[in-house]
Amino acid sequence: MIIAVASGKGGTGKTTVAVNLARVIGSPVRLLDCDVEEPNAHLFLSGEASERETISVPVPAVDESLCDACGECGRFCAYHAIVSLATKPLVFPELCHGCGGCALVCPRGAIREVDRRIGVIEIRNADGIVLVQGLLDVGVAMAPPLVRAVKAKLVPGEHTIIDAPPGTACPVVAAVRGADFVILVTEPTPFGLNDLALAADMTASLGVPFGVVVNRVGVGDGRVHAFCRERGIPVLLDIPDDRRIAEAYSRGKLVVDALPEYRGHFERLLERTREAVRAS
Amino acid sequence: MRVAFTTSGDSLDAALDARFGRAPRFLVCDTDSGAVEVIDNQKGMDAAQGAGIQAAQTVARAGVQAVVTGHCGPKAFRVLSEAGVAVYTTDAATVAEALERFRSGGLTEARSADVDGHWV
Ligand code: SF4
Ligand code: SF4
Repeated sequence: MIIAVASGKGGTGKTTVAVNLARVIGSPVRLLDCDVEEPNAHLFLSGEASERETISVPVPAVDESLCDACGECGRFCAYHAIVSLATKPLVFPELCHGCGGCALVCPRGAIREVDRRIGVIEIRNADGIVLVQGLLDVGVAMAPPLVRAVKAKLVPGEHTIIDAPPGTACPVVAAVRGADFVILVTEPTPFGLNDLALAADMTASLGVPFGVVVNRVGVGDGRVHAFCRERGIPVLLDIPDDRRIAEAYSRGKLVVDALPEYRGHFERLLERTREAVRAS
Repeated sequence: MRVAFTTSGDSLDAALDARFGRAPRFLVCDTDSGAVEVIDNQKGMDAAQGAGIQAAQTVARAGVQAVVTGHCGPKAFRVLSEAGVAVYTTDAATVAEALERFRSGGLTEARSADVDGHWV
């Protein structure tokens, strides 16, 4: 079963849900930290990285001696990553999506692809949880290829938890696609509701079944719950606004270890998620 | 000489838009004949990324020799220089005012981008 944990914005407790769920699900389990701009699942798990892999995307390199400045490459590229105005083309690697199209359309065979590094993947074994973490290099804006590379480390048949990037843009879509179920984490506040609505629309449009975890219940109001009732979205778990949870978080401790009374909460979340997957 | 000014309007008395890549339109003035032409920058405005590059291609294809705007980012600057288009930045409020400064030689040509990428 592949469960993705996502959130319309950062700081809602998405990683808390992902790591605690990974702890209660039993081994073998793989936690894929796809929040590649700010991976933090490792803060809650011990263990040194045992494997490291550099991830690159192909970007064009132009051999100017072959190029006749015909401009085909620039006309083809939808991302303005290669530009030719009756001149030898300019390449903007940071905008390139690595589709390889410019090399294909170049009538002179002047374009070949070279690797541009975008980040690294680290794998560590943390007390029975295999954590695969992607880390985007500073200044790189191209998260989806790295997210896909992290997801390629998935082992079929193993329990898999995906910690998705926050938001509703391409990197999240790349992380959530192909999951059996998505858990959307939110807070019971007007902002939380707004972001949940966006995240729910995105997940629904991908055709992946989903449910909601409401974190810090006690702050805010009842509108998130009302929204879920109206839309027929199952609320899988309410996590109360408990100072001790925030304390455990700030010390890098798993809630289920630091506060054993919450273990049942996450086991119930798992059980309800399984039921929802079966029902879908 | 054909000069493009960034603007949200469509005449000389319209405001000069300080942004290059995401300016709604370019007003192209022929400094010799005084003729004025409006060019749409919808593609640049809609671009998720690379707005400056898109806009630079648009003005270069319109055959201008210079661009007058508020600020210009590095990618747009690279494309414009490659295409042989000079860049001038100014804080003039209207296109007419910017044109006047340009004509009187009150503007100096930019040697590099004056803002970083995301400003455009
Ligand atoms: S590989 Fe694709 S995205 Fe990259 S420059 Fe070529 S056409 Fe554009
Ligand atoms: S398509 Fe090939 S030959 Fe044409 S401008 Fe691009 S690199 Fe040069």
